[in-house]
Amino acid sequence: MVRVLINVPKTVRRDEPFEVRLLISHPMESGQRRDTLGLAIPREIIDRLDCTLDGEAVIHMSLFPAISANPYLSFSAVAQRSGTMTITFSGDRGLTQVESVPITVV
Amino acid sequence: MSRPFPTRRHFLLAAPVCALLPTPSRATEAQVATLIAELVGQVPVQSGRITLDLPLLVENGNVVAMTVAVDAPVGLVRDIHVFADGNPLPDVAHFQFGPRAGVPRIATRIRLATSQTVTAIARMNDGSCWKDSVELLVTLAACIE
Repeated sequence: MVRVLINVPKTVRRDEPFEVRLLISHPMESGQRRDTLGLAIPREIIDRLDCTLDGEAVIHMSLFPAISANPYLSFSAVAQRSGTMTITFSGDRGLTQVESVPITVV
Repeated sequence: MSRPFPTRRHFLLAAPVCALLPTPSRATEAQVATLIAELVGQVPVQSGRITLDLPLLVENGNVVAMTVAVDAPVGLVRDIHVFADGNPLPDVAHFQFGPRAGVPRIATRIRLATSQTVTAIARMNDGSCWKDSVELLVTLAACIE
C-alpha cells in the first residue's frame, strides 16, 4: 500500500472542467542508480495510472523512470452527475492499488 | 601465511571486468527522432497547438515542474507523448484522454539527467501531429550514478 492524496474540488459544476491533483508517496526508483557496493538498485516505479469517473475513462497514463519520486500529477476532468472517481495504478513488485473519491455535482 | 582476501592479484583480475561494466547510458537525439518517427509514421510533425512548459534553467534535475497542454478541445486529442533526449531512457510519459477528460492539460514533476531538449508530441484524432520542444540547462543533474 502506498499513500495517495487525491485533491478534487468539494463540489463541481456540471460539464465544467475541474482539476484533479494526485500526490503519491512512492520512491519511483529509476533502476539506473547503484548502491554503495556498486550493485544496480532494481527499478521500482509506478508505470500505469488510470483515472475513471463512474466507469468512464478520464485519462490513461504510462509513466517511466523519468517521473520524479513521490509523483505529483494534475489533470482535468468533467462530470455530468455526481459519482465516484477511481484512480487505479500499478507498477513494479506487483503493485496494484485502487483509490476512489466522491465527486459532487451541484 | 594466508594473504588478506582482496589481494593485489584480485584487483588486477577485476580491473578489466570493471572496465566492461556498463556506464549509465544516455538516450540520444537520434533515438528520440526514431521514437517520434515510429509514433507519427508518415505524418509531418508541425509546430504549434501543443505547449510544453518547463523552466529554461533547472537548478535541481530531480524535480522539474512540467506542464504540457494542447490548445484544442480534449475530444480532438488522441494522445500526448513526452521525450527527453539526455535521460538514460528517452520516454518520460504518455497520456491518453477519455470521454470524461476536461481540458487537455497535464502537470507533473520529472527528472532530467543533464542539460538537454525535452519534446512533447500531440497526436490528434484527425491524424495531424504537433510538437513543442524546450532546450534547458540543468545545473544539478538527477541522480543516476
